Amino acid sequence: MSRVEVSNVTMEFGQTTALDDVSIAFEDGGFFALLGPSGSGKTTLLRTIAGFYFPKSGTIRIGDRNVESVPVEKRDIGMMFQNYALFPNMSVADNIGFGLRVRKVPAAEEKKRISEALDLVQLGALANRRPSQLSGGQRQRVALARAIVTNPKVLLLDEPLSALDKTLRVDMQIELKRIQREVGITTIFVTHDQEEALTLSDRIGILRNGRIVQAGPPREVYDRPVDEFTAGFLGEANWLSASLLEDLTLPAQVDGHRFGTRPEALRISADTPDAGQNAVRGQVRQRIFAGAMATCLIDVGGSQWKLIARDRDIPELPGDGQVWVSWSPEDTLVVRA
Amino acid sequence: MAEALLPTERRRLVSLLSPAYLWLLVAVFLPLSAMLFFSFLTGLPQDDPDWGVTLANYGKFFQNPTYPALLWKSLKLGLWVTGFCILIGYPCALVLAKSIKGRAREALFLMVILPFWSNSLVRIFSWAIVLRGNGVLERTLNFLLPFDVRLNLMFTREAVVIGLVHSYLPYVILTSYLALQAIDDDLIDAARSMGASKLTILRRLLLPLSLPGLLAGAVLVFVPVVGSFMEPRILGGRLGTYYGTVIEDQFVAVYNWPLGAALSFILLAVVLLILALTSPVLKRART
Repeated sequence: MSRVEVSNVTMEFGQTTALDDVSIAFEDGGFFALLGPSGSGKTTLLRTIAGFYFPKSGTIRIGDRNVESVPVEKRDIGMMFQNYALFPNMSVADNIGFGLRVRKVPAAEEKKRISEALDLVQLGALANRRPSQLSGGQRQRVALARAIVTNPKVLLLDEPLSALDKTLRVDMQIELKRIQREVGITTIFVTHDQEEALTLSDRIGILRNGRIVQAGPPREVYDRPVDEFTAGFLGEANWLSASLLEDLTLPAQVDGHRFGTRPEALRISADTPDAGQNAVRGQVRQRIFAGAMATCLIDVGGSQWKLIARDRDIPELPGDGQVWVSWSPEDTLVVRA
Repeated sequence: MAEALLPTERRRLVSLLSPAYLWLLVAVFLPLSAMLFFSFLTGLPQDDPDWGVTLANYGKFFQNPTYPALLWKSLKLGLWVTGFCILIGYPCALVLAKSIKGRAREALFLMVILPFWSNSLVRIFSWAIVLRGNGVLERTLNFLLPFDVRLNLMFTREAVVIGLVHSYLPYVILTSYLALQAIDDDLIDAARSMGASKLTILRRLLLPLSLPGLLAGAVLVFVPVVGSFMEPRILGGRLGTYYGTVIEDQFVAVYNWPLGAALSFILLAVVLLILALTSPVLKRART
């Protein structure tokens, strides 16, 4: 269990720069999500921390050791792969014990730690099964047990839940979080699923084109994105065109910034909203009922906005579709132009 | 499975399978049955009007100690050749499957398959030119080394082994390559992340997972080598008398087909016995 620090790391594959002067710190015991579109360099960053790639320049520290030129097998990490990568020729217990045997842990101790790890992931009864006899969720748990049984300094997860179906994924998210808390291991995990990143982690790093765009706690990154890309990647956003800005209360200088809102921060009303609220006129194009929630597509000054609210909070709309769309000034998104 | 098929599906399966099985029936089963029949005869019907049925051809194998001794010699040859093919071929397949990517792999593959594309007689005679005293190999060595080298490899058991290894190496490389290729690279990465050295990964992961392919290759080499006659005859010379060459003599030189047939079936029985004895090992390797 250690702090991981990546400083000024640059990685190149032939002509393409996969990581461009990346610096980021992962606190001891934290659960950190690396999020970005495909090709953003998130998996490269994870595999560079793991030691599969060696950076062209920069340093990587795990605990108090510089490891940028140490190969993966000497870095003392635990890693979980997208397809689990369980060894098909070994039983569940042998899979979990592999790293212990490599480290020449005495047999009795090995047995004890395997059964502890199995208990931790609640798979005690399946120790003698082969990976081919397990369900997707069970394989996932074995892979997790195998990655942490050696008490590595850091746990690296490469899109660990993407192969599971939706319901199982939510269960495993809760499970993963519980186990990570219980073990207290520094965890870095790569995902392209923003909801998963927001749910699981206590810090998020957003990557784009091999650079870290923004890093911080999930709520902060969601509520205060630094640019349009981050705002759009972590959720949806409506952007205010320049002509609408005059009558609004804005938290920053107009110059050099763009302003927007999250769809769920908006309210819709037929009458003029209270003073102190930011409000613009709009024309409702479509109202989409989806059970508890509803989505409205509204034309605001020529651009299409999206509003998401509880269906019962959306009032009866006037016949001509002309409405007020309002939000609290503090909910305004401010990003670099 | 079969009961669950609809009649139309069954008809389709039969129509797809029957050409291959008809061909096997005509090309393998009929001639083999004829040979089995010959092996119990005192003489060929077309040459000997007084032909009869006998077990004497099989008896000869057990009465004359030369035959079992030659069979043993051929089995040993098979083990040597198979062993060298594995020692040379498996590492080659490993590198081709796991280390080399792209065009270089295609080029190297072509070189592996090349022996298949040349006529086997041409191949063997090329080896004769290389291996004989004052041949290409000796001259090259003498040119490179300051002292005199006399290898005289021609007409030795080593020459036979060299020629056979060259002919059969591609089988081991191809079957091992296919098995190794099918192993997900993530498995290797996972083992490395757990601290495993290259040797541990080979011993505990790659070798067990590719063993079925390696063994399939070994069988493909061992079986024909035990019955081989061309390489022993040309490269082995006077020392090149093996079980296969004796069978060939019965058919071509001595014209004793019944004995040749009987010796062939004894070889077939011994090879099947060996495969049956090793099949539990093969089966365990697969699970």
